[in-house]
Amino acid sequence: MAQRGIREYDAKRMLAKYLPDYLKDFSYRGEIALVSPDTDLDSLVAENPWLKAKKLVVKPDQLFGKRGKLGLVLLDATWDEARAYLKENMGSEVVVGGVAGKLTHFLVEPFVLHREEFYVAISSDYDGDNIYFSSEGGICVEEKWDKVVQVRVDVLEGIDRIDLHSKLPSSLGNRLPNVESFIKALYRFYVDLGFAYLEINPFTFDNGSIVPLDLVAKLDDAEEYWKSKKWDGLVFPEPFGRTMSKEELFIKEMDSKTGASLKLTILNPKGKVWTMVAGGGASVIYADTICDLGHARELANYGEYSGDPNTEETYLYCKTILDLMTREKAPNGKVLMIGGAIANFTDVAKTFKGIVMALKEYQDILCDAGVKIYVRRGGPNYEVGLKLMRELGEMLGVPIEVYGPETHMTRIVPLALGGGE
Amino acid sequence: MISATATNPKSVSTKNDYVLFDRGTKAFVYGYQTNAIQRMLDFDYICKRDSPSISAIINSNRAGIHKAFWGTKEIILPMFKTIAEAAKAHPEADVMVNFASHRSAFETTMEALERKTIRTVVVIAEGVPERQARILAATARKLGKTVIGPATVGGMTAGAFRIGNTAGTIENIIASKLYRPGSVGFVSKSGGMLNEAFNIISRNSNGVHEGVAIGGDRYPGSNMLDHIMRYEANPEIKMIACLGELGGTDEYRIIEALKAGKITKPLVAWVTGTCGPVLPSSVQFGHAGAKADSQKETAQAKNEAFKNAGAYVPNSFDNYGEMVKQVYEMLKSQGKVKDVVEPEVPRLPVDYSKALTSGLIRKPTTFICTISDDSGDELLYAGKKISDVLEQKVGIGGVVGLLWFKKQLPDYATRFIELVLQIVADHGPAVSAAHNSIVASCAGKDLISSLCSGLLTIGPRFGGAIDDAAREFKRAKETGLSPEQFVGEMKRKGINIPGIGHRIKSVKNPDVRVLLLIEYARKNFARTELLDYALEVERLTTAKKGNLILNVDGCIGILFLDLMSSCGAFTKAEIDEVVKLGYLNGLFALGRSIGLIGHILDQKRLGARLYRHPTEDIAYMLPKPEDIDCKR
Repeated sequence: MAQRGIREYDAKRMLAKYLPDYLKDFSYRGEIALVSPDTDLDSLVAENPWLKAKKLVVKPDQLFGKRGKLGLVLLDATWDEARAYLKENMGSEVVVGGVAGKLTHFLVEPFVLHREEFYVAISSDYDGDNIYFSSEGGICVEEKWDKVVQVRVDVLEGIDRIDLHSKLPSSLGNRLPNVESFIKALYRFYVDLGFAYLEINPFTFDNGSIVPLDLVAKLDDAEEYWKSKKWDGLVFPEPFGRTMSKEELFIKEMDSKTGASLKLTILNPKGKVWTMVAGGGASVIYADTICDLGHARELANYGEYSGDPNTEETYLYCKTILDLMTREKAPNGKVLMIGGAIANFTDVAKTFKGIVMALKEYQDILCDAGVKIYVRRGGPNYEVGLKLMRELGEMLGVPIEVYGPETHMTRIVPLALGGGE
Repeated sequence: MISATATNPKSVSTKNDYVLFDRGTKAFVYGYQTNAIQRMLDFDYICKRDSPSISAIINSNRAGIHKAFWGTKEIILPMFKTIAEAAKAHPEADVMVNFASHRSAFETTMEALERKTIRTVVVIAEGVPERQARILAATARKLGKTVIGPATVGGMTAGAFRIGNTAGTIENIIASKLYRPGSVGFVSKSGGMLNEAFNIISRNSNGVHEGVAIGGDRYPGSNMLDHIMRYEANPEIKMIACLGELGGTDEYRIIEALKAGKITKPLVAWVTGTCGPVLPSSVQFGHAGAKADSQKETAQAKNEAFKNAGAYVPNSFDNYGEMVKQVYEMLKSQGKVKDVVEPEVPRLPVDYSKALTSGLIRKPTTFICTISDDSGDELLYAGKKISDVLEQKVGIGGVVGLLWFKKQLPDYATRFIELVLQIVADHGPAVSAAHNSIVASCAGKDLISSLCSGLLTIGPRFGGAIDDAAREFKRAKETGLSPEQFVGEMKRKGINIPGIGHRIKSVKNPDVRVLLLIEYARKNFARTELLDYALEVERLTTAKKGNLILNVDGCIGILFLDLMSSCGAFTKAEIDEVVKLGYLNGLFALGRSIGLIGHILDQKRLGARLYRHPTEDIAYMLPKPEDIDCKR
């Protein structure tokens, strides 16, 4: 659970549908279309007749910015031109901020000829929310940050009693009341729909009506229970360049169905060092120690399991890791660290039962791949759990070293990899 | 039993602001978390607290009481449905440990914060939305109260008070010496690392005084600095240790306070997530807040800033313990801290279930069961798996064989049992059992009560003759009485022969049910010796009176004995036992239940009204006043 970026398409869709609840004369109709590799362009046109009637903008919608500077935005195009552009660029690889990835999603919307560019953003921090506004928005807003008006909204007070009027630049002239009511409505929309960040840069006036041009947004995915109806089937895309492997997706799906927490990110599938660490805090410390000791390149995965997963879940989680780590052989064998802090309430013996099941199943493959296993854990029933592991090592013929709370948590890292004292 | 509600009159106001928990602290546990409740009480017990730290449980589903252990004794904890009721009844409780799920954590915490007497709320739930968490934090600040969490296990004050599951098992609490206070105040984000830190601190100093995990979310209800400032103010705490995490700017608040000289006690600090820069930026670590959005939020930058501000920063987490030791030894040499003389820790009794599974204890059982077993993976009937029972299609007759006789009977025997059950299933609405069931059902009684009402009429005069008939005919035949002698003996004793006689049926108007049973037995049984004997008896009795025929009860009882003695599955002793214990009336009760339930449902469907017997159908013949006059 955390803040997660959403597509500009989804954010604009919500804006068009729900902002009028807060701002009656908001006339943005949300003429937008999302094109993915599976989109049938003919039926898209059938559903969105404006595509053929208006001049269009086409831009990637994959959670990265500076699209104009990267030359990835098509402006003032006919549908045929847009279509040709989509055909040419769909699936092509680009590098954004050092990350390479494929273009898979494009936003298509009407092109709005404009001169003025306004900036508005809402962000949140510990005590409250911040509203930023500038009459000089657009790609250079950061360079002209001194022009940006900042308004603080206390998390308990809300926006009702905030005097926005006097803070907005008087240069807005007769548009000032429009901008004021737009920002207030936008703030309420931000709060009520579970946003964690929202930036419209720029928006402009088209025939007197506000039109958002470019938009960036994050939602707090913990709000899903309350907001899922308004989010209306929204899917959180993965960050650009990050395509989830089958195994990562499998763990993610399992995670979404249980009260426990199961996380897996594959960093280097050919890496020698694999971890299966219990706990969000401990897992980071294991990764730290592995990197500290100079094995960052060999670190194959980051992951954690916590919140008392059941035997089947730990079995499947462990099996996934074993499967991944034994696909390719390494000349000097590989290392699996089954680590964790001293648990508060998780039954160690019970969670180890699932791990033991998986290890047994992979006995031959583990021997063949020259896998060495290091275990460190404490907590309820840890004696039984550790004994289970020791006996398993003897039985399987796989080297398993087992340590309890008397050994420092990350001591198994230098034991496994060398280095340290 | 002693009552947990006998309370320490100590009120909230006598505590210093920097003390959240002391040996007198009383708490509510929101949510029926029986394990956490017992863990808190066990901790209280080994700390030798005067009274339990839990005033009451709040359980939105049920009010009442909860029984828990206090050492070897049992105590009663009151249970309320609402926070308001609990707070009103127990103003001494100033902490609420909130186990509500992420869906209701916000409302319940807000409600608790609004109670005057509740000063601290601990929110365990993970996945509380950020805006809700920020409102909780801001509300607590406004009211001068403390929220710990969300997404935490909580924390504890050593030797005084434990939040829920913090620090795990009692063995671990003893190993980390948390039953008595040390001099180190600790705070971390991670709840999982809290226990590890207790372990490290106990090995490298005189132990923990207080430890809190603020939770791994981006916006915790209280931040690390809040707790560090409490530790700074608390004279019992001589040094402070904290464990931060990449992401967020919480650590910079501490660093600012260090720079401003607001923290004068030595501070050991480490920020985890130094691996962040070498991993792809898109990795979301286990904690929601653990993501560096800028260079300043990286673990490296924070550790460096801590060092520059004068904190004691190890080279890596591996050296965290050594750094704690170094600072502790420094304070010791300055005479600011002393090693603790260990108090005697009361032994906590082992839980029965735990001792039993680990083979430490044994106990004679109270009950024995020899017919079925639900304790394994699959339900067993007389040792036979339920899946096999179904697969082999043993039928109801086969199940009766397994559960009554513990035998897998041959097919023709199970079919005979089923035949009996079908034949006795019903005999119309007028017979005693059905009538009673119907009357009870008409009186508005439920199905089970109405069924029982009918079943209770089964006895020697109604439906209960199966056993008696079996017993008498068996006795007569086994003692070598001829049919004539048997009939003569019964007549002399003035006893009607059980199983003989019918109200309506007679030789000329035979009972079809009896004919069907006899036909089946002749066709399938190896021998029918007792039946043959009974038919001889019937020949004699019907000669006197046409309706003294072998009736359905008698026929069932007698044929069952023939079945048992001819099928080879029963020894003589077993047959004697069946008769002695009265198994066979069970056949009637079981079969007839089907009909009785039918009658009851029938009445309910018809919406039948209360039945009242017509007075003209009753002869009222009361005694005269002088008849009831008691003369001495």
